[in-house]
Amino acid sequence: MRLEYFEMIDRVAELDRAARRLAARSTVPDSSPVFEGHFPDHPLVPGVLLTETMAQASGYLILALTDYVAMPFLMAVDKARFRDFVAPGAALEIDARLEHEGSGYMATKASITSGGKRIADAELRFRTMPFPPGLSARMKGQARRIGLPVEDAA
Amino acid sequence: MSSTFETVAGIISETADIPRESITPESHAIDDLGIDSLAFLDIAFAIDKAFGIKLPLEQWTQEVNEGKTPAEEYFVIHNLVSRIDALVAAKNS
Repeated sequence: MRLEYFEMIDRVAELDRAARRLAARSTVPDSSPVFEGHFPDHPLVPGVLLTETMAQASGYLILALTDYVAMPFLMAVDKARFRDFVAPGAALEIDARLEHEGSGYMATKASITSGGKRIADAELRFRTMPFPPGLSARMKGQARRIGLPVEDAA
Repeated sequence: MSSTFETVAGIISETADIPRESITPESHAIDDLGIDSLAFLDIAFAIDKAFGIKLPLEQWTQEVNEGKTPAEEYFVIHNLVSRIDALVAAKNS
């Protein structure tokens, strides 16, 4: 995890196309400028970044299932719950499942666990749109970085 | 009025925070009710779930943008309701 670069997913552990599910892993860094303010002498990963982590896992799932034909942009977060604190060094397991494939949008359910304990969950929706110029290659590069299959990645 | 209309009007009212009494079969979702494209995706999601269908929004939008179909055909509520009924019937056939 590189919080300040919004690189929230370290590695994809499993992509199950049939179940429309992705499992990923991340480790919270021991130090980050984020922790200087959130909170002084009591570092915790902000809930918004846990939401972003679930959104990125969902986004990579959508990219993989749709063969990178369109870019998912987060448009709605429902029923977000943050059930425990996440401190520096925590190992996170992120799960994302595609719940509904709409016309021009996708809905997922995602969760984060750490040490077998549920940390956060949410229902997310994404607007799917044509890639802005240049972004497709960058996203495929990011996908390769975290171990997600990219068919045309030569 | 049909149960489909009642369901759709309830979804629009709740999702877009529009008073239920202001939604009629003749209402235009965009021009009369002021629903923007993002809010309409939320409404489409609720309709998809409620009726077990997939509103072909991308196709509709493309047809409207290309001038092939007037927006009223899809976004006036009674027309939207008719299309939902047709999609449900097709699913069940």
